Amino acid sequence: MKAFDYSRADSPAAAAALAAQFEGARFIAGGTNLLDLMKLDIETPQHLIDVNHLGLDQIDATPDGGLRIGALVRNTDLAADARVRKDYALLSRALLAGASGQLRNMATTAGNLLQRTRCPYFYDTAQACNKRKPGSGCAAIGGVSRQLGIIGVSAACIATHPSDMAIALRALDAQVETISADGSTRSIAMADFHQLPGDTPHVETSLAPGELITAVALPPPVGGTHVYHKVRDRASYAFALVSVGLILQKDGGGRIAVGGIAPKPWRVEAAEALLPQGAKAVSTRLLDGATPTQDNQFKVTLVERTLASVLAQARDDA
Amino acid sequence: MKFDTPATRNPIDQLKVVGKATDRIEGPLKTSGQAPYAYEQHEAVKHQAYGVMVGSTIAKGRIANIDLAEAKAAPGVLAIVTAANAGKLGKGKYNAAHLLAGPQVQHYHQAVALVVAETFEQARAAAQCVKVDYEATKGEFDLASVRDQGVEPKDEMPDVRHGDFAAAFAAAPVQFDQTYTTPDQSHAMMEPHSTLAAWQGDQLTLWTSNQMVAWSVGDIAATLGLPKEKVRLISPYIGGGFGGKLFIRADAILAALGARLAGRPVKVALTRPQVANNTTHRPATIQRIRMGATADGKLTAIAHEGWSGNLAEGKVELAAQPSQLLYAAENRLVSMRLAPLDLPEGNAMRAPGETPGLMVLEIAMDEMAEKLKLDPIQFRILNDTQVDPVKTERPFSQRHLIECLQTGAERFGWDKRNAQPGSRREGRWLIGMGVAAAIRNNLLVKSGARVRLERNGKITVETDMTDIGTGSYTIIAQTAAEMMGVGLEEVVVHLGDSSFPVSSGSGGQFGGNCSTAGVYAACVKLREAVAAKLGMSQGEAEFIDGHVRLGSKSLPLRNAAQDAALEAEDSIEFGDLAKQYQQSTFGAHFAEVAVDAATGEVRVRRMLAVCSAGRILNPKSARSQVIGAMTMGVGAALMEELAVDKRLGFFVNHDLAGYEVPVHADIPHQEVIFLDETDPVSSPMKAKGVGELGICGVSAAVANAIYNATGARVREYPVTLDKIMGALPEMV
Repeated sequence: MKAFDYSRADSPAAAAALAAQFEGARFIAGGTNLLDLMKLDIETPQHLIDVNHLGLDQIDATPDGGLRIGALVRNTDLAADARVRKDYALLSRALLAGASGQLRNMATTAGNLLQRTRCPYFYDTAQACNKRKPGSGCAAIGGVSRQLGIIGVSAACIATHPSDMAIALRALDAQVETISADGSTRSIAMADFHQLPGDTPHVETSLAPGELITAVALPPPVGGTHVYHKVRDRASYAFALVSVGLILQKDGGGRIAVGGIAPKPWRVEAAEALLPQGAKAVSTRLLDGATPTQDNQFKVTLVERTLASVLAQARDDA
Repeated sequence: MKFDTPATRNPIDQLKVVGKATDRIEGPLKTSGQAPYAYEQHEAVKHQAYGVMVGSTIAKGRIANIDLAEAKAAPGVLAIVTAANAGKLGKGKYNAAHLLAGPQVQHYHQAVALVVAETFEQARAAAQCVKVDYEATKGEFDLASVRDQGVEPKDEMPDVRHGDFAAAFAAAPVQFDQTYTTPDQSHAMMEPHSTLAAWQGDQLTLWTSNQMVAWSVGDIAATLGLPKEKVRLISPYIGGGFGGKLFIRADAILAALGARLAGRPVKVALTRPQVANNTTHRPATIQRIRMGATADGKLTAIAHEGWSGNLAEGKVELAAQPSQLLYAAENRLVSMRLAPLDLPEGNAMRAPGETPGLMVLEIAMDEMAEKLKLDPIQFRILNDTQVDPVKTERPFSQRHLIECLQTGAERFGWDKRNAQPGSRREGRWLIGMGVAAAIRNNLLVKSGARVRLERNGKITVETDMTDIGTGSYTIIAQTAAEMMGVGLEEVVVHLGDSSFPVSSGSGGQFGGNCSTAGVYAACVKLREAVAAKLGMSQGEAEFIDGHVRLGSKSLPLRNAAQDAALEAEDSIEFGDLAKQYQQSTFGAHFAEVAVDAATGEVRVRRMLAVCSAGRILNPKSARSQVIGAMTMGVGAALMEELAVDKRLGFFVNHDLAGYEVPVHADIPHQEVIFLDETDPVSSPMKAKGVGELGICGVSAAVANAIYNATGARVREYPVTLDKIMGALPEMV
């Protein structure tokens, strides 16, 4: 770990201003991912700006009937919130499928969105990784890739985004609210928040340097039956091989977001339109253009089968 | 004490303390943080500095240049050890690769340097500044591609050829021939390898985490070119070993070199990624099983041929070994071949040989039973043998495999298993049951101890035996208490110090039986000394309730030490009973699994182990050993695999996020039954071991249950869902 400076901001605007002031500054909230990466010399910020004291830890109702989740709401608290459990059950279930109780107690809403990939080659600083060191190559391509992406990937990077929470937020059409150093605010749709790697896998989100997430806004509840199924090699505390978040409406329509297969929560609205035709049709459209490796070819079938299972479960639950 | 005739009645048979389910005597120290592990020996010496290891980032080749300028200039740096300033280093008897690279690099994360600094954080930051230029050369990293280069490991396991396998197999009415694989596995013990080293002149003291104190003193001396007497090794508490700490590793040697160079005590802990690639692992195997049987299920021919790989001076994984003894058949071929690989060093991990061997053999038995249309338990019983099948004049000292299988079948409800795969469904879950037999040999190793009757009447035991989480402290205290006729609270046990008598150490599940037998031997001597002191030498004095009795005379034990403590030291040495009798432990493992009919996710629902392992010295810690081993067997069945990058030559998933072991949610109801027995051929304790028996066969029981649930016969471990999905029902 490199030595770094540390400061505490007392308002979101001040935090963003501080970030603009220091080259290579990073915000720190729960630290459950960033500190590990710093110890491993993967993240080497010169300056940490502690945002834990900004008061962004509330969940508030919005005038339109939705919820605004403060950036610093801990995953445990968010999953346990009665309004979330009742109206956004998918979010609660996705959160509880992630990490461990201890990690969820520390991890924050914004931090969860910004966590880095768990690609093992990203974690080994001896190996080529375009995400960690732009232009160095990708050791994962042609290497051990069972856990890695099958769609949305590029010739520069096949890493996945590991968040469960983000899958639910994508299905719920959440908006990410931010503030910049100049005090301006904006709202970014979840669909546009995470970036595909292309030639620049080190650019993972649409945030500008120093831009601070202040909240995640959920639109009014959409109803329906919510199911989140995370498929993994052990029963708990593992990243998804494939995860499927489903909101199924009584009319047979619904929304589907898939995790464990792409650099961002994978949702294809055109595939959802095929729901009446069943899992195979949806899955085929959803994974149109997939480029799996030999190691993770099975994920294509697994997505389809998990989706079929989740649909059956939703129909049973409805 | 020489043990060369079967034990007769002795004071252990009183079972006042031995054989009782007993809490760990050191448990409160551990749960209150007062049992210092190697890296926590903060009070042992003053002015401790911190060392962080730099590992090679190539798998094979040579170091062209090391640039230390930036690291040396980093804050707090005191010294940097490399091959250039380490002096001439030898190699330990138990190490295959050198513990410090240079100029040759033999495997990924082989140590290249140790950076020593005032604080851990400074050492780690500076270690990240060490710049090494390598010249990589091509290596071999894929067992399948080098298996044909394998040679017979004549010293370790020469081929067993008994009868005429080829002819008997060819003539057999029912034949079976399949090939299986098991992956490289990591011990993944909780505590990484750690050492604190301090020099006083030319005397080196190491506080470390090591299973085999005497071996390791020898290997440290050999590596550093010191006389053994100049090395003291202290290893009182060990956070898991599983075979990964049988040998000295880079932490010990680098701490010693770093302390010498820095002129201060230095402590070193390997990082989690370094544990996977810098230390040892269980080697992957390829195994081919052929069996020939009569139509009614009698085996006439067994061939178990295996392949594993290792570095040039590394050993073979004796996976075929259990097929020497487990089942009867007049014609037999058992062989291993060792092929050259440039992956990190493969070596012992919990039940080496038997674990991967039974992972495979016990699936094959399930397959063959099905082919013969026999129940898998019935098939095993039909082919039981009460004698060594190759040396038929040699009986087993005890062999209750049939009782294990039958007891387990009844307890587990085996009669409810439907032999037709995929025939039992509960909602989205497919349910299946599986069974496997277990065998693990009972190894006998000389073991010594010193016992002392203190002036206050307490008994002190000192031996270099280790407690790797197994419960050695407690069974040693139980043994001394039983022998001296006192309560457990009257006994103080000191372990893991090379200044104590040499014990068996902890390995091969021999530690429990052998180390307590050593304490027994020393206690016999102490009893003689006490009796003499109290004037009761003329007969067989009894030691009961803190008193010594002979005839009508009875005196308090402590009277013997009222002037001065009485001390006795002895070792147990085993004669040739192991030649006359085959000594093994046996078991039967049962598992019930649920497999998600859509995704192939496997959830083990319940497990049962029935063990036949001689006298159980402490049923509580023995049960802990077995359920822990069963858990490890579930890991091996379902998830554990060091994933090899066959281009770059290293284990890619080198942390506990990537190398998955079972979590609590994976481990369901576990039950353990110990058959009530003693084995007087084994030792005066009449005990054997269970710590490795508990894993033997477990993975196959799980794999067989998955087959019974789904019809997916997976022959490449681990049995992950991608290998099951193809056999699952169509989704609609």
